[in-house]
Amino acid sequence: MMESFTALHGLVAPLDRANVDTDQIIPKQFLKSIKRTGFGANLFDAWRYLDEGRPAKSDAGRPLNPDFVLNQPRYQGASILLARKNFGCGSSREHAPWALAEYGFRALIAPSYADIFFNNCCKNGLLPVTLTEAEVDRLFHEVAAFPGFRLVVDLEKQTVATPDGGKVMRFDIDPFRKYCLVNGLDDIGLTLRHADKIRAFEERRRFEQPWLFG
Amino acid sequence: MIARTLYDKLWESHTVHVEEDGTTLLYVDRHLVHEVTSPQAFEGMRLARRKPWRVSANLAVADHNVPTTDRSGGIADPVSRLQVDTLDRNCEEHGIVEFRMNDARQGIVHVIGPEQGATLPGMTVVCGDSHTSTHGAFACLAFGIGTSEVEHVLSTQCLLAKKMKNMLVRIEGPLARGVTAKDVALAVIGRIGIAGGTGCTIEYAGGTVRSLTLEGRMTLCNMSIEAGARAGLVAVDEATLAYLKGRPFAPRGELWDRAVAHWRTLKSDPEAKFDREVAIDARSVKPQVTWGTSPEMVVTVDERVPDPDREKDAIRREGMERALTYMGLKPNTPMTDIRIDKVFIGSCTNSRIEDLRAAAAIVRGRRLASNIRLAMVVPGSGLVKAQAEHEGLDRIFKDAGFEWREPGCSMCLGMNADRLEPGERCASTSNRNFEGRQGTGGRTHLVSPEMAAAAAIAGHFVDVRRWR
Ligand code: SF4
Repeated sequence: MMESFTALHGLVAPLDRANVDTDQIIPKQFLKSIKRTGFGANLFDAWRYLDEGRPAKSDAGRPLNPDFVLNQPRYQGASILLARKNFGCGSSREHAPWALAEYGFRALIAPSYADIFFNNCCKNGLLPVTLTEAEVDRLFHEVAAFPGFRLVVDLEKQTVATPDGGKVMRFDIDPFRKYCLVNGLDDIGLTLRHADKIRAFEERRRFEQPWLFG
Repeated sequence: MIARTLYDKLWESHTVHVEEDGTTLLYVDRHLVHEVTSPQAFEGMRLARRKPWRVSANLAVADHNVPTTDRSGGIADPVSRLQVDTLDRNCEEHGIVEFRMNDARQGIVHVIGPEQGATLPGMTVVCGDSHTSTHGAFACLAFGIGTSEVEHVLSTQCLLAKKMKNMLVRIEGPLARGVTAKDVALAVIGRIGIAGGTGCTIEYAGGTVRSLTLEGRMTLCNMSIEAGARAGLVAVDEATLAYLKGRPFAPRGELWDRAVAHWRTLKSDPEAKFDREVAIDARSVKPQVTWGTSPEMVVTVDERVPDPDREKDAIRREGMERALTYMGLKPNTPMTDIRIDKVFIGSCTNSRIEDLRAAAAIVRGRRLASNIRLAMVVPGSGLVKAQAEHEGLDRIFKDAGFEWREPGCSMCLGMNADRLEPGERCASTSNRNFEGRQGTGGRTHLVSPEMAAAAAIAGHFVDVRRWR
């Protein structure tokens, strides 16, 4: 069961680079864990710290890179990450959304995402919102201009809005995904409601293409 | 009947159920499993008190973490060892077939699937790994999934997915000597960009594709994900059948004949419509070298490092400048002036026997340049390694000063001990040149096996078309 997502009112942090790949979101040395947790401290590790991170070693006391945006005091506690196009490209590692979520992000806003990454986010209650390039561009300007800039992401209404409601942007999402996210539903449980259909499909396949079941 | 693409056919023949919004429950024929993306899935299944739906659909191997040096002492790094042990334990508990580290058949998951005939036309093949696109060379719908989806497949033999768009990349014309499937793949990415295939399945077609061996087609499909496409496809032809015949997991006898009759239908109908089409003239493709930190940052070997000052788009310009700083390169430097420190021949893109033969042909009778600190050849599987040794390729590499290693992912991503040191520059036959991919601060140039081999001998990039 994942956490359900309805509406989020959160501080926005900007990551102004296109094509941020999953190797940057969570470098490979941290993929050796056999757990789902413990990745938040190593989110964007190579950009965030000045030294090289090692798995299974404490990150407390490591020198932070003061130039990296998430290290700036004004973005502490951010729960919405504003990003550029093709965010999350590269590998299928679900450790990327795990790290983002554990760090404290609940929603992402970008003009586009890589396909596998997008899926992985949805499976972890991390909402990837797609807005137009122009809308995202404007948000980058506003985040820079107004310290403490917050947004309200409402999944039910499919809107991103400024807290005063002055600006409202709509976004699209598949109804089925929305349904699962809003209700925090476990995909596997849902699929197993179709267990009979799966079995029937499988039997037909076994009959028609027996070589697949060798 | 309306004309359908190969992708349409594969999709429809695996549809179990469709939700109102088109979300589809898709049946999975083959699930490949490796140690990095599976432990949390097995754990989740255990917590939910579920069992694998169909054990025989799974095939497992440890590849990312395994050492490529002597393995008789096991894995030294305790964190890597735990991950590999966990895979062994999970497979044992559920009765899943696994090629363990010291099994002769062990290797990179995307090399062993086809090699064993575990990847067959008409299948859906998934794996918790983005380069699962490789298997599409066999006209099966193959794509990478995340760990939650790995658990979903283990538990239900299905996936929830939405249909992608159809994209056709048609490549016609002969390839020049020294120009390979890898160069075609990089040229396609250079042309459409790393997000050019996002939301699409790419079918590769045309005379050039048909003239490629299955290994070349795998290289091409492998890089589809680098163009943003989750899956790449090539239709079945005689070469596909010839490759599969006699493989351990492939059907035999009467079943083979029945399978072949079905497989021959696995191609797009002539009238089928694609959402997007791209045409590539193979005659114009030259050996490619990446200069930046994304596979689309690529030029041909006779070109120069691009100049950001000439880029009008501000975001792109910044990206180029950042990449050049990271790569330690100056604009307008001829690519052939770039000197390298290390060479890596391997990865699921280019570690099969034909890749090793091609690299060995360049290396034969020569020595590494004096500035090369390390050049390594990492075969894609134990069987590839054995075949190469049988042909004497290992001797050619070793005589030249290359290290000849045990199979695995190795320096493609450096999860084991094989990695670049900060600032080191590498000619690599792998698929990703992201920052830090081959080691923190390491600088990766993606090239074909021939180009990597020639660079190892010359000490800098050279145009293999002129190699004598
Ligand atoms: S060789 Fe590289 S790209 Fe291929 S599966 Fe291994 S790590 Fe991934």
